Amino acid sequence: MTQSAAATSVTRAADALERLPSPSSLLLVAGAAGLLVGSLRSEVFAELTVQGLALGAVYGSLALALVLVYRATRVVNFAQGELALATTYIAYQLIKWGLAYWEAFFATLAIAFALGFVLEVVLLRPVQHRSVIAAVIVTVGLFILIDGVVNWIWGGDFKALPSPFGTKIYHLGNVSIARLYVGMLAVVLVSVLLVWALFRFTKLGLAMRAAALRPAESALVGVRVDWMLAIGWGLAAVLGAVAGLMAEPSQFFLDPTLMQPILVYAFAAAVLGGLESPAGAVVGGLAIGVSLNLVVQYVHPITSELQTPFAFAVLVVVLLIKPAGLFGHREVRRV
Amino acid sequence: MRRGLPELVSLVAVCGVLAALPFLLSDYNVSLAARVGIYFVAILGLNILTGYSGQISIGHGAFMAIGGYTTAVLSRDHHTNLVLTMLIAFAICFVVGLLVGLPALRLSGVYLALATFALAVSVPLLTLKWSTFLGGRDGVQTSRTVSHDWLYGAAWTASAILFALAWLILRGRIGRAFRAIRDSEVAAVASGIELPVYKTLAFGISAAFAGVAGSLFVLGTNGFAAPAEFSVFLSLQLLVGAAVAGLGSLWGVLGGAAFVGLLPSVSSSVPVIGSEHGRDVVFGAAVVFVMLLLPEGFAGLLARLRVVASSGR
Repeated sequence: MTQSAAATSVTRAADALERLPSPSSLLLVAGAAGLLVGSLRSEVFAELTVQGLALGAVYGSLALALVLVYRATRVVNFAQGELALATTYIAYQLIKWGLAYWEAFFATLAIAFALGFVLEVVLLRPVQHRSVIAAVIVTVGLFILIDGVVNWIWGGDFKALPSPFGTKIYHLGNVSIARLYVGMLAVVLVSVLLVWALFRFTKLGLAMRAAALRPAESALVGVRVDWMLAIGWGLAAVLGAVAGLMAEPSQFFLDPTLMQPILVYAFAAAVLGGLESPAGAVVGGLAIGVSLNLVVQYVHPITSELQTPFAFAVLVVVLLIKPAGLFGHREVRRV
Repeated sequence: MRRGLPELVSLVAVCGVLAALPFLLSDYNVSLAARVGIYFVAILGLNILTGYSGQISIGHGAFMAIGGYTTAVLSRDHHTNLVLTMLIAFAICFVVGLLVGLPALRLSGVYLALATFALAVSVPLLTLKWSTFLGGRDGVQTSRTVSHDWLYGAAWTASAILFALAWLILRGRIGRAFRAIRDSEVAAVASGIELPVYKTLAFGISAAFAGVAGSLFVLGTNGFAAPAEFSVFLSLQLLVGAAVAGLGSLWGVLGGAAFVGLLPSVSSSVPVIGSEHGRDVVFGAAVVFVMLLLPEGFAGLLARLRVVASSGR
C-alpha cells in the first residue's frame, strides 16, 4: 500500500518534471520577449524585426519542406531550393500567359505537387532502398540539372513578377510596416498551418506519419508506404513553391540564383530546429531570419559579408551543445 | 598474391598511360587531364574520410580554398617556390582539418554533413571580409604561372605520391581503425580504438589531401585564387565524384575524378542546348543516371566485373 503510494508520488514527480518547459522553449520565450521589448523601445528595431520575421517565414517554409522529406525518407534534399526556383519560374510563365497573380499562385502549387510526386516516383524510389548516400547524390544531381534547365528555358537575366501585396505601408505609431511583409508572413503561416492540419486531422496525414515513422508496421496494416512517401515529396514541393513565390517579392526580382542563399538558411533553420521536428523548422527559420537582420544592424564587427559565416558559427555552436538541434530527439541506439 | 598480381599490373598500366598522355594529347586536353589529376587528389582525400572512416563531408571545397589561398598568398607576397607552397598547404590543411575534426566528434550523419556544408559556404565569404590580405572579390594572383605540361606533371606526381601515402595509411593499423569506426563505433571503442584520435586524424589527413588539390587547382586557373572558384558547387562536385567513385575503394577514385573533371567540359559542346546551360543540364542528368544505374559507383562496377571475370575463369 505505502509502497504503491510512494511509487505513484515518484511517477507524479517525474510527470511534473516532464511538464516543466524545456530549456529550448524557455530560450524561445526569452527571445520573443527580448524582441517585443526591443520593438517597443525603438522603431528601427521593430521594423527590422518584422522584416526579419517575413524573411524567416520564407526560410522556415523551405526548411519545413526539407524536414518533411527527411522524416519520410532520411534524405536531405539538396534539390529542394532549385525545385522551388523552377516552380517560381512556372508561376512567372503562367502570369506571362495571362493568368492573374493568385490564379497563377494556386495553379503553381498544383504543378509543384505533381512535380515533387513524379520526381520521387521516377528518380528517388529506385535508389531509396539501396543507399542513402546514393539518394542524396541523386538530389545533388537534380540540383545541377534543374539549375541548368531553368537557365536554358528562361535565361539568366532578371525577371519580375507583379507584386502580390502592392506597395502599401501600414503605420503603427511611428513604426512603418510594409504590407508585403505582413502578406508574406500570413501566406507562409497559413500554408504551414494547412500542412499541419493535414497531418494532424486527416486519415491521409495519419497514414503519412505512420509510413514515415514505422514503414514496415504501417505496410502491415494496409498503408501504401511508397505512395505516402511520394505524396510527402509532393507536399514538400508545394511548401517550397510557397517559399519561392514569397521570396521573389522580397528580393524584387527573379533570377536563377534566387533560392541558393535561401536554401542555405533553410538548412540552417532545419538543423537548428532538429531535422525531425516540423515545428522546430518553422521556429528555426523565424529565429534565423530575425537574428540575421538584427545582428547586421547592431553588431558592428559583423558586416553583411560575415552574415552567413556568423549564422553558421551560431549553428555549429548550437549543435555542439545540443547535437540533435533545439527540438530534435536524441537518437538512442541499441547495440 | 593471386589478387595482388593483377592489381600491380593494372597499376603499372595506369602509370604508363598517364606518363604517355602529355605526348599524345593537344595542349587543351593536357590541361583537362591535369584537372582530372587535381580532382583525383581531392576525391582521394574525401574518400579516406567518408569512404573509410564513415564521416560525411560536404565541405571539402573549403579545405581546397584554404590550400589554394595558401599557395596564392605565399607566391604573391614571398615568391615562394610553388612546390614548396603545396607542402605548406598540406601542413596547414592538416592542422585545420584536425581542428574541424574536433567539433565534428560530437556530430554524426546528417548533422555532420550540414556542419561541413556550413564550412563550404562560409570559408569563401571570409575572403571578402579580410579583403586586403585575401584579395576580396577580385582574388589573389600568384607571382608566377605555370604551363599546362608543368601542371599535368605536378598534378599526377602529387596524385601518385598521395595515392601511395593513402595506400600505406589505409593498409596498416590506422586504416584498420578507420574501417572499424565506420562499421561500428561501439565495436571499435570496445576493441580499444581511441575514437577521438582516429576520427580527427581522418579529418586531418583528408583535409591535407584537399589542400594540395586546392593549390594545384589555383595553378590550374592561371594562378588565380578567387572566392567564386571555391563555391559550394565545388564541394558538391567532390561529393559527387566520391559517390561516383564508390566509397571505400581507391581504384574507383580514378573513375570518379574523370567523371567530375571531364564531363562538364565535354558536355558544354552539346549542340542542342547551348554551351553554358548544356553543361549543367547534361552533367546533372548524368549524375542522376549514374547513381540510378550504379548506386555503389565505379568501385561497385569493378567489384562486379571482378566477380564475373573470376567466375568465367
